[in-house]
Formats: sequence, structure tokens, C-alpha cells
Amino acid sequence: MLAYLAIIFSAILVNNIVFAQFLGICPFIGVSRKLDSAFGMSMAVAFVMAVATAVTWLLQHYVLQPLGLVYIQTIVFILVIAVLVQMLEIVMKKSAPGLYAALGVFLPLITTNCAVLGVAIIVAQKDFDFLYSVVYAIATALGFALALILFAGIRSQLELVEVPRSMRGVPIALIVAGILAMAFMGFSGITIG
Amino acid sequence: MNALKVISDGLIKRNPTFVLILGMCPTLGTTSSAMTGMSMGLATMLVLICSNAAISLLKDFIPDKVRIPAFIVVIASFVTIVQMVMQAWFPALYAALGIFIPLIVVNCILLGRAEAFASKNPVGLSICDGIGIGLGFTLALTVIGAVRELLGTGAIFGLQIYSADFGALLFVLAPGAFIVLGLLIALFNRLIIRK
Repeated sequence: MLAYLAIIFSAILVNNIVFAQFLGICPFIGVSRKLDSAFGMSMAVAFVMAVATAVTWLLQHYVLQPLGLVYIQTIVFILVIAVLVQMLEIVMKKSAPGLYAALGVFLPLITTNCAVLGVAIIVAQKDFDFLYSVVYAIATALGFALALILFAGIRSQLELVEVPRSMRGVPIALIVAGILAMAFMGFSGITIG
Repeated sequence: MNALKVISDGLIKRNPTFVLILGMCPTLGTTSSAMTGMSMGLATMLVLICSNAAISLLKDFIPDKVRIPAFIVVIASFVTIVQMVMQAWFPALYAALGIFIPLIVVNCILLGRAEAFASKNPVGLSICDGIGIGLGFTLALTVIGAVRELLGTGAIFGLQIYSADFGALLFVLAPGAFIVLGLLIALFNRLIIRK
């Protein structure tokens, strides 16, 4: 149990996917202008990341490894994620139209979100067991959500601030992200268990 | 539109990092030194040239509806080749760049160029576009890496310029990546685009 708590704490705060591992930066910069789209995006990412990690884990352990095909891992994983995102979109449209309306626009963007493929590869490299992998994926997604929502809150304030012309938009956002990353560095070194 | 203009456009006017703001993950994640930044840029450039050439050759055979998955498979195949070559001949570099090598697959620059350029232009020009954009990306990553390495450890490409005791370690760590990139984009805006 302590091991799970440790991985959750570590994935959300200590090794935050955005601030410490530099994954998922594109949506982090791209959809953090408004708080509600940040929330929608992070929920969609959490959903896809958990499902994709579970599916790729099963594929890795029951198909690729027994057949000695681990070297085509990258191709297989990205295809699985692309297909999964498409399928989720179709299934959600039919069975959960409310959720689809909320997350729909963000789903196609997730295929090229490197955080999803990144987590699938990290889990395969570190050889986590199944439950541990899924918990890790969900915790990482929560860390992504935390980063995105915090940043969206700050950015909506930033809109009201007068910044030099060449700093407007992305440059000032990146510098703010740097300061946030510094704050998250305060958690480094903390270990549980 | 001649070949030279396509290359120079990729370097400056359409610089993937400073102007298009694409491929941010490797830009931040692999630039803790000039050397790692440059290697990442070169690896990406190699994949980009190959995938642009292949997609340009295949553009008449790929049905429009499934073009995005087809592009991704082409890109992923070249990434796998680069990954295996690096693992075999440059194991230290492969370890330093780590997960960012397989993640070239999801670098938006590659899919972006496939969709916007290679699927509409002949092979020669597509290769030039790959060289231009690839060089622009490599240049950007090398500059960011050099600035971070200099501020953080007082060296560039391992060559000590001033004592490491005066280096601010922050610039080698995660926050430095965001701050240096933000300031460099602002500088690029000011000097070259004159915003």
C-alpha cells in the first residue's frame, strides 16, 4: 500500500510530468489560456492515459515480448494510441454524449500528446507490474492536470498585465512556467517508504 | 520557390522552435548542454529528411482519409531505425537522450511538415524542406543548450570558459529550460521578426 502512495505522491509532485520530465508541453502551452478548456483537456488526457497504459502493458507482456518483437515497440504503441483515441471518440459519442460534448474537441489532439506515449514507454522500460503501471498512469495524469489547471489560472491573470511586446504570449508564459517549475523543485528529494 | 529559399525559410522565417513554437518537449528536455541539444536536433533532422522524402514519394498512393495514420507509421519506422542505430553506435548519447528518441514520433514538427509540405511537393523540395526545418531545429536546440550550459556550468560543449563555481545550477535544472527558452523566443521576436 505504501508503495502505491509513494508512486502517487512522486508522480504528482516530485517528478511532475510537465515540470520535471518535460512531457506534454504542447497542450500545456496550447490549451492553458482558459480554465475550463484546461480542465476538459486534463480529464481527457487522464482517461486516455489510463486506458492506453493498460492496453500497451498487456500488448508488451503478452504479444511483443513472447514473440521477440520489442524492437517495434514505438510503432505498435503509437498505432495503439491512435486507434484507441479514435475508438474512444466513437464509443463516447454513442454511449456518453454528455462526456463527449465536454471532451470531444480535445480527443484528436491527444494522439500527438507525448505524455501518453511517454508514460507507456516509461512503464515498459521500468518493467512495472500491471496494477502499478495503471496507478502510475493515473497519478501522472493527475500531475498533468494539476500543472495545467494551475498554469491556466495564472495565465488568465497574465492577460491583464502589461508586458513588453516581444515578450507577449508564449515567451512570458514559458518564464512563468519556469517559476512554477522552481516552486515544484521544492518537492524534490522527498521520498516515502 | 527554389531549393535554397526553402532551406533558408526553415532556418529563420519558419524556424520550428522560435517562430512556429513546435516540438517543445525535446526542446526543453534535452538541452541541458549544447552537445545533447545538438545531437537531439540532428537525430530529429535525420528522421525529418527521411520521412519527408518517403511521404513525398508515397503521396499519390496514400488515400486521403487515412493519410494521418499512414504518415505516423512512416515516421515511426524511421524513428525506430534511428533508435537502433544510436543504440548500436552511440550508446552513451542514447542513454543521455533517453525517452526523447522514441518520442520523436510525436514531435509535431514531423507530422506538421508531412501534412503541410511533403504531401504537396515533389521529392527534391521535400528533402530541402526537411534539411531547412531540421537545421533550424538543430540550431535552436544547440543555442538553447549552449546558453544553459554556459550559465549553469561556465562551459560550452564541455569547453570551460569561466569557473564552474560561478555557474547558476538552476539553468541546467528544469526551471532554467523554461526561462532560457522564453527569453530566447523574446529575443528572436525582437531582433529578427521585429515585433
